Order: sequence, then C-alpha cells, then structure tokens
Amino acid sequence: MEKELKVQMEGILENQGLARAIAAAYVSQFDPTLDELTEVKTAVSEAFSNAALHGYGGEHTEDVKKTVTMEFATVSAGTIMIKVMDKGCGIEDISKAMEPLFTTDTDQNRSGMGFTVMESFTDRLKVDSKPGQGTTVTMIKKLDTYYGF
Amino acid sequence: MEIIFDVIGNTLIVEFFGELDHHAAEKTRVKIDTAMDNYMTKNLVMDFSKVSFMDSSGIGMVLGRYRKMGENSCNMAIVGCSKTIRNILNMAGVFSIIDYYGTREEAIEGFDRKEVS
Repeated sequence: MEKELKVQMEGILENQGLARAIAAAYVSQFDPTLDELTEVKTAVSEAFSNAALHGYGGEHTEDVKKTVTMEFATVSAGTIMIKVMDKGCGIEDISKAMEPLFTTDTDQNRSGMGFTVMESFTDRLKVDSKPGQGTTVTMIKKLDTYYGF
Repeated sequence: MEIIFDVIGNTLIVEFFGELDHHAAEKTRVKIDTAMDNYMTKNLVMDFSKVSFMDSSGIGMVLGRYRKMGENSCNMAIVGCSKTIRNILNMAGVFSIIDYYGTREEAIEGFDRKEVS
C-alpha cells in the first residue's frame, strides 16, 4: 500500500461534489485517461450518495454524527483501492441491494442503479455491511494505460 | 446544475448545464415538472450536450419524466450525450424506450416524422 490518503467528511448530499473532486484529485496523479477519471468520479459519487441517502437517510439517525470516511491507496502500479465508509444504518440484504433496478424509493424518482454503475466502472467491488453498524464499499480500479513514468 | 428551457413549436427543450448528481437532481426534477405543467407541449427533448458529469441519479430523472410524459401519450427524446452518460443511461435500458438523436434539430425532425406516419 502506497500513497495513502484518508479523508473524513460530513455525509450529506451537499458534499457529493466535493467527494468526487477529491477522488479525481487522487487519481489524477497517475495520469489516467479521461474515461478512467470519469469512471472513478462516478463510482465514488455513487458510493458517497448511497452513504448520505441510505446510510444516514433514515429518520432514526438524526442525532447520529454523519461521518463518511474515504480512503485511497495504491495497491500496485496503476491499481488503486478506494474505500467509502459510513457508520449509518447498514444494509440488511446486501445482494438484494446490489440487484440492478432495486430501489427503496417509492416515488419512482430514483433508479436503483447505483451499485450497478459502481460495478461496471470499477474492476472489483466489495460491500461489507451489517444493520446498525454502517457500510464499507471497497472498490479496486486498474488504470490500464498506466505507463509507470 | 443550471437548466434552460426552450419551446419550439410543440416541443419543450430542456438543456442541462454542469454536473448532475443526486444533490442536483432533486431541484432539477421539480423545475422540469413545473415547466412541463406550464407549457403542456406534446414533445420533450432533454439536451445533455453541456453536462460535464452525471451519475445514476440521471437515470431516475429521465425515467421519472418519461412516466410523466407517458400519462399524456407524448413523445420524448434525448440528445447530445457523452460516451459515459450514454453508457450509464444504457445500463438501465433507457434507449430501448426513449429515442436518441445527435442534436435537438434531429429530434424535432424525428417527432415530425412520427406524426406523419
């Protein structure tokens, strides 16, 4: 593990733009292609909005401190690992939550495609979560065009 | 995220500027719904050519408006998506129900053709 970066911020939707700007800044040091940069930004944006919307979205969590921690590290040349962690309500059924088009939204304004987008824009995706104990999303992204200069 | 509305004939054009994420989507949704109710056009075009970033919130926004249009059996089209935005919308099969065109002019032509046939 090299070039580690750890950022802690408030898990509210207003911070979504900041979260992906930080992700973009971290990835930029490896000279990614524009596509790779966009993919990492999108994946982090999804993970962060999940934490803010679902992790800390419930009515029972109002007095909880909404903290989202993001960890970035380089696992090998051109391969980065990103963790997005919250201490929110957690996920009861992870595989159900990861199904494409599964959503808890009843107004039909959200698509249920968050995890699907994360999965297709990263090389590996792992979700650790327990009800009441928060959620950790771990993503591995290979930058294919890494030349090692 | 900023949006500009334009009405050409029977078509309401919604042009998006900037970054579309969950934070922006909520406000955007309300603005578009209000405009749709005010102008009552038969067709709706969403122009993504000035969108610099979009995540899955865009899918919900598009499909939500499609459902709203569908209530009055109207036409809808999407124009000007970047590769990544097309990719994201495609994951949910958006383009199997909503037509895609390169430009808004082509979209309006497409609506006209549908009306004739």
